[in-house]
Amino acid sequence: MMYFTPLKTAVILGLCVLGTILCIPNLFPSPAPWLPWRQVHLGLDLRGGSYLLLEVDMKAVVKERLDSMVDGVRQALRPGSIFYQALDAQPDQNRILLKLRDSTKLDAALAAIRPLIAAEGPTGTPEFDLASTPDGTIVLTLSPVALNARARGAVQQSIEIVRRRIDETGVVDPQITQQGETRIVVQLPGISDPNRIKELLGKTAHMTFQLVDETANANAGGTPPPGVDFLPMQDNPGQKIAVRRRIDVDGGDLTDARAGNNPQTGEWVVNFTFNSIGSRRFADVTRTNVNHRFAIVLDGKAISAPVIREPITGGRGQISGSFTAASANDLAVLLRAGALPAPLTVVEERSVGPELGADSIRAGAISLAVGFILVIGFMATFYGLFGWFANVCLVVNLVLMLGIMSLLQATLTLPGMAGILLTLGMAVDANILINERIREEQRLGRPPLSALEHGFTRAYNTIFDSNVAAFLAHVMLFIFGSGPVRGFAVTITVGIATSMFTAWMLTRLLVSHWYVARRPQLLPV
Amino acid sequence: MFMRPTFRLVRDNTKIQFMRGRIMGLVVSAILSTASVILFFYPGLNLGIDFSGGIVMEVRTPGPADFGQIRTALAAEHIPEQGVQQFGDPSEVLIRLGAQPSEAAVQQAVTRVRTALEKAVSGVKVLRTDAVGASVSAELFRNGLLALGISLLMILVYIWFRFEWQFAVGAVVTLILDITKAIGFLAITRIEFDLVMVAAILTILGYSTNDKVVVYDRVRENLRKYKTLPLRDLIDLSINETLNRTLGTSMTVFLASLPLALFGGESISGFAWVMLFGIVVGTSSSIFIAAPILLFLGEKRLRRESAPAPAPAVRS
Repeated sequence: MMYFTPLKTAVILGLCVLGTILCIPNLFPSPAPWLPWRQVHLGLDLRGGSYLLLEVDMKAVVKERLDSMVDGVRQALRPGSIFYQALDAQPDQNRILLKLRDSTKLDAALAAIRPLIAAEGPTGTPEFDLASTPDGTIVLTLSPVALNARARGAVQQSIEIVRRRIDETGVVDPQITQQGETRIVVQLPGISDPNRIKELLGKTAHMTFQLVDETANANAGGTPPPGVDFLPMQDNPGQKIAVRRRIDVDGGDLTDARAGNNPQTGEWVVNFTFNSIGSRRFADVTRTNVNHRFAIVLDGKAISAPVIREPITGGRGQISGSFTAASANDLAVLLRAGALPAPLTVVEERSVGPELGADSIRAGAISLAVGFILVIGFMATFYGLFGWFANVCLVVNLVLMLGIMSLLQATLTLPGMAGILLTLGMAVDANILINERIREEQRLGRPPLSALEHGFTRAYNTIFDSNVAAFLAHVMLFIFGSGPVRGFAVTITVGIATSMFTAWMLTRLLVSHWYVARRPQLLPV
Repeated sequence: MFMRPTFRLVRDNTKIQFMRGRIMGLVVSAILSTASVILFFYPGLNLGIDFSGGIVMEVRTPGPADFGQIRTALAAEHIPEQGVQQFGDPSEVLIRLGAQPSEAAVQQAVTRVRTALEKAVSGVKVLRTDAVGASVSAELFRNGLLALGISLLMILVYIWFRFEWQFAVGAVVTLILDITKAIGFLAITRIEFDLVMVAAILTILGYSTNDKVVVYDRVRENLRKYKTLPLRDLIDLSINETLNRTLGTSMTVFLASLPLALFGGESISGFAWVMLFGIVVGTSSSIFIAAPILLFLGEKRLRRESAPAPAPAVRS
């Protein structure tokens, strides 16, 4: 128990040295890019920044899918002259309801619809479940599997778009991660007012080019004719415009968008370029619709509806519509980054300014220093030399904790700093247990070496049992906690592990070397 | 000072008869915990926005804050007067807004308050903004409770496996009594109950368990060592033997938490005060609650189990 082979000694000391080396990257920035330079990150509450929790609107994802399916069904039924009383998407129940006018055409209708659901579906299985009743009612239900796949896809795609949009703003080192099934965490170091980012993320930026129905009067009120929507104008929402539902060209086919000035009028515009598919479609539509109006629709609002003067074949175009420099630039950013598959809502926001962060670091550092001195003083006073063994271990423990946290690239938060301090207070518990036990064994009349042996062995069981219980509580905190609280759980769990190592291995090593050197008749515990 | 200990917390070989006060201890603890449960319902906890939803903004004005001006400016945004308070420094103001009807409304309110402030006070700096929507706050609350419940369950199972069930039940009952008192403390002091407080309560849970396990461990050891000693004396002996350690560890954790309470700043000092309270409660409950419960539960059973099995009857 008290004898260490040279190899064992080397391993224990080696681990301590390794811990120290792992701490070095925290002291200064990486000197060379090829060096593995793992540091502890400061949490947003310490360095200032914003944390946004975004929720992907799954209802909108479902609604969009159902709407496009309704369009598909409408087109599939047209050639066979199958008429219906009702064809509605019911997003609340994830289904489409179709009621035929003539129930004898049920088989024909089913035959027309079946290819639609067979062809679709990212999971390989049909995306919709088809059910019908003899009275001519057909129900298309989005299957749960397909729904999940679509939700996953929507969140993944949203993350990608969010990243591109944030990158455009030049925020350094943003972190964008998924949380749960439908949420996205955005962390923006150094940004204490995330308003602009929130504005950029608050738009889906789905842009489409649709023909204007010039026969319908949108401002007279009433219901729009089939296949037409009355959309508000962007800069004057009271004014409406009749737009055909059919999407001629989609903003997804844009390859570039830049804000610029129109040289003639001097007003701000957004210039865009299509990819080859977009160019071709744009050319086709403009060729066949010269002298008709073409609406540019963004998120359900018409930005403008210019008259097509001549076919546009070059795949380039321009959007004008009373922009300012900032709004033209924002639109260009949004178009370049692409459309979000569904709207995002900010459900939680936490932003901390750099001043408060600095205050917190100072408060944490002072507490840490004072607490450290108090604990060391206590151990020295109440345990003498053996207290100093514990104090050496305490310092090593701190170094090892920082080393492991650097290796994990863990985040240090203000509660995390509190966690470090508490860990130091609890870490000496193992040493107190050992010291008390050795003292007890010696008082029972054992000679020094035997007292040490028994003391360490017996204390070990207690240390193990008492630490596992505390360890479990903090693992739970990590699993169920969020944000800074998780940082607290990380520091404590790491601290419990390192303190068991220092108390059990390092203290024993120190005591054993001291004993061999001094051979005392009585242990000073 | 580098050799022998300067002081001892308690002298060796104390023979305090803790079990004589067991009824007293349990009664006092039960009264305190009952009072805490009542306090939990009335007046209830001062829920922070993590759990209630809403907005908190901390702002710093260039000079001492003109509260009248800020209140007038924010009254236009429907923020009641008591929602604007001094926070630490005279130049720091805390603005609070309760839960909003929807997530979108929360975001709009943040923007409105910010704009109104910047218009009213020139050079104002927003130090911190926390805005939590209703769905998230409900979820955070549920997760906090879940973490607490599962931790208790795991502690129960772990101690049951390593010891006997009497130990596990004793520990968990004591822990529940400890936690209710911590909640009573939060209700009286009006310290804001937020996510960090859940962390504090779980830390108290971990610390308190640790403390109980050390005493129980000694009881288990002595059960093997002294086969005939009555359980009551055996528990007293075990507590006395571990007294220096029990008090020593509470002292170090107490000393480590104290600077956090004094210098840790507004956001962490509440956490630290709850910790300090929890340390005192957790330490005393190891002696006065956990051990007596063990005595009640195990008076017959623990002794019988560890006594040597009776010799098999010899057939004549």
